[in-house]
Amino acid sequence: MAKKEKKKKLNRRDFIDRGFRFSIGAGLVGLSGLLAKKSFSNEYVWQLDPEKCIQCGRCATECVMTLSAVKCFHVYDMCGYCDLCGGYLRPGVKKLTTAAENQLCPTSAIERKFIEEPFFEYHIIEELCIGCGKCVKGCNAFGNGSLQLQVNHRLCDDCNECAIARVCPADAFERVPADNPYKFSGNSKDETKKS
Amino acid sequence: MKKSLSIIFLLIIFSIQIYNVIAIQRFPKPEFESGHTQPPTLTPSPRAQALDILDVFVLAAALSIVSWLVIKKRSRKGVFWMSVFAVLYFGIFREGCVCSVGSLQNVTLALFNPEYSIPLTVIAFFILPLVYTLFFGRTFCAGVCPLGTLQDIFALRPMSIKSWLEKVLGVIPFIYLGLAVLYAATGTDFIVCRYDPFVGFFRFEGTFMMFIIGGLLLLIGVFIARPYCRFLCPYGALLNLVSRFSRKHITITPAECINCKLCEDSCPFEAINKPVVLKDKEEKPIASRRFIFISVIIPLLVLIGGFTASQFHENLAIVNPKVRLAKELINNTNYGEPNEEAFEITAFKSAGQSKEELYKEAAEITNQFYIGGWILGGFLGLVFGFTLLSLSVFRYREDYTPNKGTCISCARCVDYCPVLPEDRSL
Repeated sequence: MAKKEKKKKLNRRDFIDRGFRFSIGAGLVGLSGLLAKKSFSNEYVWQLDPEKCIQCGRCATECVMTLSAVKCFHVYDMCGYCDLCGGYLRPGVKKLTTAAENQLCPTSAIERKFIEEPFFEYHIIEELCIGCGKCVKGCNAFGNGSLQLQVNHRLCDDCNECAIARVCPADAFERVPADNPYKFSGNSKDETKKS
Repeated sequence: MKKSLSIIFLLIIFSIQIYNVIAIQRFPKPEFESGHTQPPTLTPSPRAQALDILDVFVLAAALSIVSWLVIKKRSRKGVFWMSVFAVLYFGIFREGCVCSVGSLQNVTLALFNPEYSIPLTVIAFFILPLVYTLFFGRTFCAGVCPLGTLQDIFALRPMSIKSWLEKVLGVIPFIYLGLAVLYAATGTDFIVCRYDPFVGFFRFEGTFMMFIIGGLLLLIGVFIARPYCRFLCPYGALLNLVSRFSRKHITITPAECINCKLCEDSCPFEAINKPVVLKDKEEKPIASRRFIFISVIIPLLVLIGGFTASQFHENLAIVNPKVRLAKELINNTNYGEPNEEAFEITAFKSAGQSKEELYKEAAEITNQFYIGGWILGGFLGLVFGFTLLSLSVFRYREDYTPNKGTCISCARCVDYCPVLPEDRSL
């Protein structure tokens, strides 16, 4: 009896509303089902592919962070530990010293350390690196390519759409799974996968 | 004999070196005599995934609490404190991304691009507010969305604006929604994220333009409450449509409206429907003739809209970087740079794709924009048509009721109602 009374109360307006409500609800369920089927439970993060990168320098300026989240990473495994480092020294310098005018890095973010004759080790000082990629270009041109630009995930805000990806001329930015968030090029690949 | 041997030896050395150049390992890895060990490459890990799951839980909890506060508790104070929480958690702590407003683009991209697989948290951020809206009205806007709540806190001296202006500006979110879907579906850009005005305030850093637009919107928001939500937000447009059919919705009065008019000016968003006196009603023949006329021209509007938008498909497509690159290459304009080769062209040359392939790809994308233009224009024609139709519909009302579409359930009007609930237990 109670049910019948309820039915009687239902006027035309309510009936239409209810119809729309159920169809929207069904639509939402269907949509989420469709999306969940395509979904990948992992989160994605942004990373750049050093093999596509042309070191244009936009990473330094286009990131939403005031000091770009893109930094130079040193893949020590690829480094030749050269004395005459193409990533550290400006080409065509008169004296081979560590004076600021001889350094390629505009912020002196590369630290040079003597190991043994004739090897030198180069460290990136993350706080100083602006991600301009000048050293990367030098290292690619004259050395082994062990200096590579990467998104530092401790700093990256992981915007829904990366502001650098939007302007990257080489289309090097892509979404990668968060559990394997770095993309080094060259023979370092296997090494980083292991670790 | 010796000479030829030495030449062969040299050749072998050269070939090894050439091989090395290809592998980029120009200099061999040193072997240290002093026992120095090579340091590892540091790879700082991203934000823990557990935090993303926590975000979804906080979202669901916040939606539930705000819905409860609005529907059951009827407490403006509670909603206000939830908005402060939303700004602090979803805004400042989470730094704004992913938000529900932006997630609609991820969903579109996932539907149109088979290669993009969407994370579950993003689906949750898109679906949960819509589901809650279907049940309780736009409680998401009231106290969960960081963009909306930030403006809500700044709505200090709200003024009323003309209702025709409100209607006209209310069409903009649908245009924005249509464009956002078009650009996301073609994989071009996420324009809602690109022109997000407030994310800079949450992160305390951003581009100059972002702060200018955001600051301007907040300044306008002091007088015209929530300008972004009402006249821009594309997700708000979706919620507006869904909320019209919500199962429950905030009511101004807890019992029976006594037409005291106290709530009349309480809504800063002009979302209260006033009672309509019967004598205001137009004469029936004129009204029904207009209704029929508009109903007939809606299909016409859809066609006109579709045709117009599809005519602009090349202008719409130029935003796509591939289309732009193809155009620059064909016209040989080098991105307007007189001296050096543009980075895009350098990158294109080093990537090794042939020009023909690029042109083919660009033509395909442009064609997608042509089809998308028809759909976008048709959709906008439909929106215009229904807006006109809604203006000419007369609905008789005795009480003050919230407009279920535009009401964002902020519960401001509740405090103005002098009527006491009949039964406290309700």
